[in-house]
Amino acid sequence: MTAPTHASARSEGPGWVPQPGVSEPSVGMNVELDTGDMVLNLGPQHPATHGTLRLVIRLDGERVLTADPVIGYMHRGYEKLTEFRTYPQVTTLINRIDWLSSFANEVPFMDAAERLMGIEAPPRAQWIRTTLTELSRIATFLLFLGEMGLQVGALTPAFYGFRDREHVLNLIEAATGGRFHPNFNRIGGLKDDLPWGWIAETRATMKIVLDACDQFEDLVLGNEIFGARTRGIGIIPSDVGTAYGVSGSNLRASGVDWDLRRDARPYLAYPDLDFKVWTHPDGDSYSRYWVRLQETREAARMVLQCLEGMPAGPIMAKVPRIIKVPEGEVWVETENPLGQMAYYVVSKGATGPFRVKIRSASFSNVSILPWLLQGVFVPDVITILASLYFILGDIDR
Amino acid sequence: MHDELLALLKSAGFNGDAILETADAHGGLVVRVANAQWRRAAEVAKEHLACDYLSFISGIDWQPAPREGDEAGGDTSSPVQPTEMTFGAAGSAGRFQVFAHVQSTSKKWGLTFKSDVDDADPRVESWVPVYSGADWHERECWEMYGFTFDGHPGLRHLYLPFEFEGHPLRKDYPLLARVVKPWPGLVDVEPMPGEPDTDAPSEAATEAET
Repeated sequence: MTAPTHASARSEGPGWVPQPGVSEPSVGMNVELDTGDMVLNLGPQHPATHGTLRLVIRLDGERVLTADPVIGYMHRGYEKLTEFRTYPQVTTLINRIDWLSSFANEVPFMDAAERLMGIEAPPRAQWIRTTLTELSRIATFLLFLGEMGLQVGALTPAFYGFRDREHVLNLIEAATGGRFHPNFNRIGGLKDDLPWGWIAETRATMKIVLDACDQFEDLVLGNEIFGARTRGIGIIPSDVGTAYGVSGSNLRASGVDWDLRRDARPYLAYPDLDFKVWTHPDGDSYSRYWVRLQETREAARMVLQCLEGMPAGPIMAKVPRIIKVPEGEVWVETENPLGQMAYYVVSKGATGPFRVKIRSASFSNVSILPWLLQGVFVPDVITILASLYFILGDIDR
Repeated sequence: MHDELLALLKSAGFNGDAILETADAHGGLVVRVANAQWRRAAEVAKEHLACDYLSFISGIDWQPAPREGDEAGGDTSSPVQPTEMTFGAAGSAGRFQVFAHVQSTSKKWGLTFKSDVDDADPRVESWVPVYSGADWHERECWEMYGFTFDGHPGLRHLYLPFEFEGHPLRKDYPLLARVVKPWPGLVDVEPMPGEPDTDAPSEAATEAET
């Protein structure tokens, strides 16, 4: 076994070979090093970008001068496609906007169609919708709680996050038949009732979720390194956040006490549930994690309340076989795991919508990046991206 | 709540020529403002209505969609929209409209602004000086509808490749997938066994039902 050779002891190679158009390298010579800006291209495929987001970052040393997100790699043109679909067919598309919480995407669109038609889903359907929406929220947030650790260099929480989310996905699969794309909502109600034994199983799983939250609190929030990497990083002042349309947990972590489950026009069973809206005054990456952790707990408690208060009765209202939606337009917004999800639906009395404006949360949440990334250090870019927590399908639609 | 919002608009001096029409769209307030007052609407909403939160800015093309679906072949999978031009809540002067939704995180209310834009030269003032988040929404609207936002710091493509031509969300822009190949869902409209043919969701049956 030979000892590794020190660089200075290595034999001289062929050395500099003159090439046309290439100047002689000046490294090692007594010249002033060029300290111009450097362009760092993060993505479109990069482990830190959760999909095909590209960030063109101009750097001065380790500091970000400008950051320009380039989106559209996953643009599927859903707003155009909805104009060529009937109302029940649209559900399949909107399942794929925010694919981590597909069920929650369906709810506002169904609500919009039902309001235009003047029908209302029966109470049991509303309560089941509420339960499954909150389960989607738990599944989405559990992944975040694990993944955020991964992004700042702690591998372990990611495994716990995926493991615990699996319990919740199993529940969603048992009830709807689909783990990711349930396609379970129908205009006027739901496809099926809950399966036998589901309520007992969900109760047991919520215990697991609440335990998992305690574990994440110890493992991640209690970790000194995590605190050092996230505290004071990526601070969004509340007025800047609202002007950019940042919503959901990201805005509540900036101290804005605004939750559409409580503050929007009443929808689903939320007026009957008792829950707390968590806010944090700091607005940094740490507080975004903290708020989502509290909201996961709150969602688990809400699921338990739903199971307790679940009314009996039918799960479908009486709707015509061929769904025609009367002329009109309606704005429906809901509090989805990633923030404000809303549809502006314009109907002309046909079997399909005339215009659907899809207002997705991640689009606005990410539009703040050019402002937010100015002047931060490169490692903090990753922390900020992770803490904003966006889904590419939710940006690109 | 609508009366309160309208009274606040009025007390801010935003009435008369500025507001063309108001409407209630299933519980939501829609205010149609004059094109020249578009940016002032945002300023008034932010200052006097406490609407600090910008939800979205987008456009509508009221022109009837090209008639889809081949009636002879029984393909009614694509919904057939009316052939004459009608306008939604609060009306419109022409084919194109820009619309936006703003909300208040403190007062928990919100409203939709609409404004007509010219058919030949769709143009409106940018909201970027009022709401920073308008930047991306206006870029999207520019590429999808071809509206120009005066005062926007840089209208360039957001979703589409930079060499893309056309404005995909305009109604006269065809959905190419449907042009080159009929909708494969065509087989779904065959009558179920044991059902009379008239019950199939054909165009005739759809119209007979209403």
